[in-house]
Amino acid sequence: MSGAEKIAVRVTEVSPLNELVTRFKFEPVAGGLLPTFSGGAHTVVEMRDGDITRMNPYSLMSDPFDQTAYTISVRRDDEGRGGSLFMHKNISVGDEITISNPVNLFSLDLRAKKHLMIAGGIGITPFLAQIKQLDRAHGNWELHYSCRSEALGSYVDYLTNTHPNDVEVYYDDQKQAIDLENLLDGQPLGTHIYVCGPKGMIDWVRGKATELGWPREAIHYEEFLAPQPGKPFEVKLAVSNKVIQVGERESLLEAIERAGVDAPYLCRGGACGMCETSVIDYSGNFIHRDHWLEEDEHASGKKIMPCVSRFEGKTLVLDR
Amino acid sequence: MTIQFNDETFRDDYSFRNSERAIKRFPFPFDKDSYMYAVNMEQHRGGPSDSIYEKRFDVDEHYVSEMRDRAMVLADDPLRCQSLPHMTLAGWDLLELIMVSKSEDYPDLFQLHRDGDQWHWINKPLGIDDKFTFMDETTLPYGPMEYITRQTQGDFCVLDQRDDNLWMDAGMITTQADWSLDFDIGMNFFEWHAPVPLAHEKGIFVRALKFLLNIQQGAPARRLNWTMTVNPLLDTSPENYHKWGIQKTELTPENIGSKQHLRVELQTFFRLPRSNGLVFPIRCYLCSFQDLMTSPKWGRRLHRVIRDLPEELATYKGFIDNRPMMLDYLSKFDDGLPTSNGIWPEFDTEPPLQK
Repeated sequence: MSGAEKIAVRVTEVSPLNELVTRFKFEPVAGGLLPTFSGGAHTVVEMRDGDITRMNPYSLMSDPFDQTAYTISVRRDDEGRGGSLFMHKNISVGDEITISNPVNLFSLDLRAKKHLMIAGGIGITPFLAQIKQLDRAHGNWELHYSCRSEALGSYVDYLTNTHPNDVEVYYDDQKQAIDLENLLDGQPLGTHIYVCGPKGMIDWVRGKATELGWPREAIHYEEFLAPQPGKPFEVKLAVSNKVIQVGERESLLEAIERAGVDAPYLCRGGACGMCETSVIDYSGNFIHRDHWLEEDEHASGKKIMPCVSRFEGKTLVLDR
Repeated sequence: MTIQFNDETFRDDYSFRNSERAIKRFPFPFDKDSYMYAVNMEQHRGGPSDSIYEKRFDVDEHYVSEMRDRAMVLADDPLRCQSLPHMTLAGWDLLELIMVSKSEDYPDLFQLHRDGDQWHWINKPLGIDDKFTFMDETTLPYGPMEYITRQTQGDFCVLDQRDDNLWMDAGMITTQADWSLDFDIGMNFFEWHAPVPLAHEKGIFVRALKFLLNIQQGAPARRLNWTMTVNPLLDTSPENYHKWGIQKTELTPENIGSKQHLRVELQTFFRLPRSNGLVFPIRCYLCSFQDLMTSPKWGRRLHRVIRDLPEELATYKGFIDNRPMMLDYLSKFDDGLPTSNGIWPEFDTEPPLQK
């Protein structure tokens, strides 16, 4: 069986925070305690949507040391394939669902003298857990949080009430923006940067920090890609000798799993590298969307990350 | 099954002995009649009853004496145990993992009582009964990693994971096959493996690192590794090479059966939840050639493996000079019959020696 170990949980709270974001709380069905985790970890939530099983990663935002429950926050994506919509519309208190053991691809570097956190929108969630972890160890951190508007500023009140001196909030609709160059310029030696938010924000922070000479190892980022819908296509799986159809609203990985083929995966968001698959033959164009493969690998036509990437063309044969 | 702990030494008079039970459960590392490096990992989730795979941290008849030997090594050389400042959280992770595992797996030997962060740990074989506050170093006599690894067989590398690599940033290393924590501290996975021959060219380390970076909470892994040791020495460190290296020249055709030991490491890998680090316990098992030869299958196979091992590996593992003498001894236990697959001795089904 692929992926991290599974945990059966019951939904014990569903709390709408604003127009777009809802918080879910999970407690173990079997009673007892959930595993501890490290700030920045995510869990993969399984959603049974008719005959499709979707598995989406969500950052754990609760206190990593609290083993009684996990919480996540889900932002509704009306344009996406339906995973977040399913969470918003179909999950209610009392439901039993399956989640994965925590997996961390956005870990704190515990050597850092200071942790400088930069969040955009729903990208705030991993920082909520990291802040809990750092506060317990009396760590030095500072958060710069950019939201669209006060109405959509999830957890702004909580953060500014509990940490008035460490949190700075910026509202797009009030034309407030992070003064990144000055912010980075003023940091003490040994500071690490963490950024989680939309792709544009991650690229902006990474680019600016690199330009200012920050070491690559001191810049951490996490962006989960939701698989995007696209045109249906056909794939031949050479090892299992099956021909499968990838539907408009499912990912290549989901289609492989639907055919009963156990393929490795972990994050399902193009970041961890676990589902890397060799291409045996193709005629057409890849739509690579992952963060894992290098540019030359994308161009080579020899590899694909089926969790987020797609294909358009006549023939695609995979080593799976 | 109750464990009778041996009173024995791993130095000076070498009174170390394996009981019949210990020989039967010895982790013979060769699953076929030849050996080459491979990424030979499997899930670490139990195994046959009373095998060394059964429990998360195997406790055997050598436990009490091994812990005494560790204390002596540390008294002579405190740098065998080091933890860089950012690794304290991983040390607590390790303490929790071992205390929880041992108290669940050996309830007659170890007990853990937890009331919030107030913990009470009882280790009956070593006569320890301590109350402390979890995550408060001032309530333990040592740092958390040192405290628990003074009570657990095997060496422990506690690795930080960052920048798509693993870093040797803490450890308790007193039973090692000729490598030094003090030298390797702070190195990454490729740096500390740099001296290993042949494996780099085969891409072994790139694949092994990828596997290890993806080890997840609740899904530990394991593999076996091996080398050769003259006399049942736990501490074959570079720091003490001047003491034990010379003993390799004391082997004779008369004493090789009792003096030459196959040294096997059970290596396991656990993700540490609070720190996102990885712990890599390396548990050393020793067995003399003459005890191994009580299994006809192991006798046949060990001769074939040692005979056909590439010269680079025999050199790296430090027995190239003694290989001819080993083969003279081992050939007497190889009658050319086929052997069954797998590492287990199969005492009931394997035919006795035909010569």
